[in-house]
Amino acid sequence: MQTIDITLTVNDQQQTLPVKSNDTLLEVIRDYLDLTGSKEGCGEGVCGSCTVLLDGHPVRACLTLALEADGCAVTTVEGLADEDTLSPLQQSFIDHGAVQCGFCTPGMLISAKALLDENPSPDRQKLRQALSGNICRCTGYAKIVDAVAHAARPESGCPDCHTKDSGGDHD
Amino acid sequence: MLPQFSYVRPDTLQDTVRHLKEKNAAIHAGGTDLIGCLRDGIMQVDKIVSLNALSDLHGIRETADGGLVIGALTTITEVAENLLVKQKYPGLSQGSSEVASPQLRNQGTIGGNLCQKPRCWYYRGEFHCLRKGGNTCYALDGEHQFHAIFGHDLICVITHPSDTAPPLAALSAQLKISGPEGSRTVPVENFYLLPVEDLETETVLKPGEVITHIVLPAPAKNLRSSYRKVRARRSWDFALAGLALALEIENDTVTRGRVYLSGAAPVPWRSRPVEEAITGRKLDAATIQKAALAVVEDANPLPENTYKMDLFKGVVEEELNAIR
Ligand SMILES: Cc1cc2nc3c(=O)[nH]c(=O)nc-3n(C[C@H](O)[C@H](O)[C@H](O)COP(=O)(O)OP(=O)(O)OC[C@H]3O[C@@H](n4cnc5c(N)ncnc54)[C@H](O)[C@@H]3O)c2cc1C
Ligand code: SF4
Repeated sequence: MQTIDITLTVNDQQQTLPVKSNDTLLEVIRDYLDLTGSKEGCGEGVCGSCTVLLDGHPVRACLTLALEADGCAVTTVEGLADEDTLSPLQQSFIDHGAVQCGFCTPGMLISAKALLDENPSPDRQKLRQALSGNICRCTGYAKIVDAVAHAARPESGCPDCHTKDSGGDHD
Repeated sequence: MLPQFSYVRPDTLQDTVRHLKEKNAAIHAGGTDLIGCLRDGIMQVDKIVSLNALSDLHGIRETADGGLVIGALTTITEVAENLLVKQKYPGLSQGSSEVASPQLRNQGTIGGNLCQKPRCWYYRGEFHCLRKGGNTCYALDGEHQFHAIFGHDLICVITHPSDTAPPLAALSAQLKISGPEGSRTVPVENFYLLPVEDLETETVLKPGEVITHIVLPAPAKNLRSSYRKVRARRSWDFALAGLALALEIENDTVTRGRVYLSGAAPVPWRSRPVEEAITGRKLDAATIQKAALAVVEDANPLPENTYKMDLFKGVVEEELNAIR
C-alpha cells in the first residue's frame, strides 16, 4: 500500500516517517519507532493504556490516525525520563508501589503528567478526574493517586500517603 | 489493524463536499467514534475525508444578539470549559463535561458527538442486526438492560448515546449544514430519526452533508438550564438515564420549559408530559411529584430495563428540586 510522509516531533526529536493511511498513531509509535511503552489494551479508546500527549493534550493514540498527527508534537512515556534519571513522577510511582502488572502505567503517567503540567498542585478530586479515563485492572488506584499527589507536593511530607482512600472514580 | 481506505484533508468546504459525494466516503472529525466503528467493521469506508483543515469550523463566538455559534470541530473539552457556554447555557457545559473521559473529550468534537453511531453491543459486535441491514433486532430478545424505554416501537431499541444533543435540543439549538445542494438549517430537535422513520441512519443528514456550526439562540433573561447523567460507573460511561432542562422561571413559576431525556430512546427524547406538568406552575413539592410520575407516563420498558422507570422518576425529582 502507498505511503505518505508525515513529520512528527516525538519526545523532542523531529522525524519524517512514511505512513499508510490506515496506520494509527499508536502503530507508528510502537512498530515504526519501537517505542513500546505505550500499550494497546482495548483498541477502542476505553482503557487509556495508549494515552500520549499530542501537542500537550492527552489523547488516545489507538483512535488517532497517524496522518491526523502530521506536524504535531508527541510525548510518550519514554519522553519522561532524562536519560537514565527518572522524572519525579515516575520515581513516585516506584516509591508508592503504584505499579503492579504495569500495563496501565505508561498511560497513567502520561495523563498525570498532562495534569501536573497544567495544574502543579491539583486537589485529589481533580487528580482522580484527570485519571478517570485510565483503567487499572489490578485496581491499584489508591497507590496511583497517592503517587501523583506526592509528586505534586513532595515538600508537604506526603500527607496523602497511605490514607484510607477508596482509590478514585473507578467504582 | 484498520481496514484499508484512502485519506484526504481538503482545505475548503466545497472540496470537502465534493469528496464526500463519492461512494463510501466518511467524515473524520476527532475520529474517536469513527475509528472504533471501522475497527468493529460496522460500516464500509473507502475514503476518509478529514475536516481538520477547515479552520472556519473551529471555535466559539458570540453573535450580535447574544447567542453563540459553535464550530462543529470545537472539541468537547473546549465546549465544556468555555466561559460563555458556562454563563449562558450551563446545561450544555454540564452535558459536555459528562462525555466520555478527559482524553476523549480533548479529541472528540461536538459535531462528531451529535453524529456518533449507536452503542448497542449487538450492533458494535458481530451481529448483522436490523440496523446493519439484517432482519432481526437481537437486543429485543437478548440483553437489553441499557436499551430504550421510549420511542423504539419494538423495532430497534437503541438509546442515542450523545450527552450534548439533549441539552442542545432543550436549548433550541440549530444546526448549520452544508452539502451538495447548498446549505440548510435544521433544529437539533428535528435532526434525529426514530426507527419507524428510518432504520439504518440516525439523522436527517444526506450523503455529502456536513454540520458546519451549531447556533444557540440568545438565552432568555430567566433561563435556567442543567444536564444530569446517571451511569453505572462514575469514571466514564454512557447514560443509563439523563435529563436536560431548559426552563424559564419568573417569580418562581415556570413560564416555558423544554425537557429532554438521554439514555431513554433511539433519539434525544422530548418529555412533553414533564413539560406539561411544570409549565405555568410553581416548582413546589406537589408539582415536582407530578412531574416525576409524568416522566414515565408513555414508557414502554423491556423486561430487563424496567429499573429505568424509577431512575427517571428520581432524576426528574432531584433535578427539578435543584433548579428551582
Ligand atoms: C470509550 C468511549 C466512551 C464514550 N463515551 C461517551 C459518552 O459518555 N457520551 C457521549 O456523548 N459520547 C461518548 N463517546 C462518543 C464519541 O466518540 C465522542 O462523544 C465524540 O464527541 C465524537 O466526536 P469525534 O469528533 O471524535 O467524532 P468522529 O469519530 O470523527 O465522527 C463520529 C461520526 O460523526 C460523523 N461526523 C463527524 N463530524 C461531522 C460533521 N461535522 N458533520 C457530519 N458528520 C460528522 C463521522 O462521519 C462519524 O460517523 C464515547 C466514545 C468512546 C470511544
Ligand atoms: S437495538 Fe438496534 S442496533 Fe441493537 S440489535 Fe436491535 S436493531 Fe440492532
